[in-house]
Amino acid sequence: MTDIAATASPSTQTTTLPARLAKGFVDRLVIIIPYLWLLFFFLVPFIIVFKISLSQTAISMPPYTPVLDFSDGISGFFAGFRELNFDNYTWLTQDALYFNAYVTSLVIAGISTILTLIVGYPIAYGMARAPATIRPTLLMLVILPFWTSFLIRVYAWIGILKPEGLLNQLLMSLHIISQPLVILNTYTAIFIGIVYSYLPFMVLPLYSSLEKMDYSLVEAAEDLGCPPIGAFWKITFPLSLPGVVAGCLLVFIPAVGEFVIPDLLGGSQTLMIGKTLWNEFFSNRDWPVSSAVAVILLLVLIIPIMFFQQAQAKAQEQGR
Amino acid sequence: MKSLGSIRRDFAPWNDPNAKPYIQFDKVTKKFGDFTAVNNLSLTIFEREFFALLGASGCGKSTLLRMLAGFEEPTAGRILLDGQDLRGIPPYKRPVNMMFQSYALFPHMTVEKNIAFGLKQEGMPGPDVEKRVAEMLKLVKLEQFAKRKPHQLSGGQRQRVALARSVAKRPKVLLLDEPLGALDKKLREETQFELMDLQQELGLTFVVVTHDQEEAMTMADRIAIMDKGEVMQVATPAEIYEAPTSRFVAHFVGNVNMFEGKVAEHTANATRITGATGAQIVVDNGGNAAAGSDIVFAIRPEKIKVSSKKPADAVNALEGEVYDVAYLGDMTVFHIRLDDGQIVRASALNASRVTEDPLTWNDRAWVSFRPDAGVVLTR
Repeated sequence: MTDIAATASPSTQTTTLPARLAKGFVDRLVIIIPYLWLLFFFLVPFIIVFKISLSQTAISMPPYTPVLDFSDGISGFFAGFRELNFDNYTWLTQDALYFNAYVTSLVIAGISTILTLIVGYPIAYGMARAPATIRPTLLMLVILPFWTSFLIRVYAWIGILKPEGLLNQLLMSLHIISQPLVILNTYTAIFIGIVYSYLPFMVLPLYSSLEKMDYSLVEAAEDLGCPPIGAFWKITFPLSLPGVVAGCLLVFIPAVGEFVIPDLLGGSQTLMIGKTLWNEFFSNRDWPVSSAVAVILLLVLIIPIMFFQQAQAKAQEQGR
Repeated sequence: MKSLGSIRRDFAPWNDPNAKPYIQFDKVTKKFGDFTAVNNLSLTIFEREFFALLGASGCGKSTLLRMLAGFEEPTAGRILLDGQDLRGIPPYKRPVNMMFQSYALFPHMTVEKNIAFGLKQEGMPGPDVEKRVAEMLKLVKLEQFAKRKPHQLSGGQRQRVALARSVAKRPKVLLLDEPLGALDKKLREETQFELMDLQQELGLTFVVVTHDQEEAMTMADRIAIMDKGEVMQVATPAEIYEAPTSRFVAHFVGNVNMFEGKVAEHTANATRITGATGAQIVVDNGGNAAAGSDIVFAIRPEKIKVSSKKPADAVNALEGEVYDVAYLGDMTVFHIRLDDGQIVRASALNASRVTEDPLTWNDRAWVSFRPDAGVVLTR
């Protein structure tokens, strides 16, 4: 007994206070790092953008006023602070252009998300039910397009969709159509572009929720007299809902602010908020208004993210 | 009305040549690629029978059950249920229900909805569904858990929900895949008897797959011992234990001592066996093995008596030395090394608190048994 105490006490003494403090610090560091990341790369930039959105445009460097700094002392800082106002937000409500751009973006993103779900679900289902040996290969094939530049892939679609492009050539050589279809520079082209580009973001969460589902549940449903289609809607689909929600948000959120696809495939007449923002910023050089557009866009997107997190928390609570 | 016990006692349709078989496996073969899971197997199960398929994992017992449920189609052969060939009938149209090993309870539905699922599928009107669900909940004593989700239940409660769900539709046959495998020992023993009572009460035919011999022996009317896709023996638990027909079955169920040997001679009402190591054994049920042929004499440990002196009247007595003693409370297990080198396992029931003839390590000892205590196996 005394032997054990004698050998144990030096080691316990050395590991008590300083070691425990160090361990507490390391534990906390793990939590602090992501928060610092969010602080410097999300919150601080957001505050800067928000501040600019409350400023007025000016022909100067930078192209807005007031510029908050301490060159005139603290009183100068607060004098500048008092000049900030919500005029730009009022302006956004007065011009129907912005409202229409937001609504169009949400509608296009919504329709694209549904189309992506319709295309992605069978793919994910097929992958999840494929023999376990070929699943990694299938997963690789879904991720493979990311190895090519996003921009190049969207450009490639111009080559496919344009009036004298591959698709029209094929359909005409098969005598399915006699006139080339006008797809490029329409909303259809935007849908095709978004569905194509964002498909992996839909397939991967769907696959992960379908793959971990116990297939004996479907067998049990069939055993109890439910035909396969009924079993899909009553068992498989409800149990894959967390994946459906995750996939839809991963597609919907970036699709709302999408700029490249409507610009390259949608032509000049399509009105989406990403493009409006680009025009305000680069063509009009109106930083305050484009900042206001960006802040509103963020608010519009935060709502679905909150739904997403709620759904996730609920799924976790259910132990799945 | 007959009591459940007397129904069970008189139930033996397999001995009745006129009894109509209910489930028939007729030369059924199932292959998965190169692997033969079930090999040319024929088996008959009767109505209201509690039938157990017993075997090690991978012996094809689960495949047999899944073919009956309709999840797999036989590669060759027929499966008949009540005279009807089941080939091509999908699982959702078969009058059999299965209780899955994993229970396969729908995690997004309450206990109530799980039980009602099958009833709604067959278009039963709402009030009737409610009535039947209430009845089922009462049967498995889970009335107060109706609104719970499966993940809020204990393992034993989940097992009951799975059972209630699978019998709710009153299937002709209930298939149970390792029904008690996930329960702890004590709960398993209780549930065994509950399952037997339930089967009698509902008058269903049960086919249960298990790897647990005690479970099969306790519950089943008859047991089929399976190995490598084939049925080794089909018989009542007592027959399986006392009259195994092969070394595999004798070894698989319970403990057994095996004496390799040859049939020395058949006399009027006895057979003399010469063990490979010289032991002389006389049995009165030598079977039809020809004199001089290689056989195995199998005898259960509890049929062997251990004593310090040679019993005067013993027909079979072999001398050796106590090699190991294990006191288990209800009985004591001896390992005796015979003088020819073979180790014999014998168990003695501790019927009294004081042993009259105490034996311990390295004592000289005699093992003796009656001529009808063991069986002669030719394969």
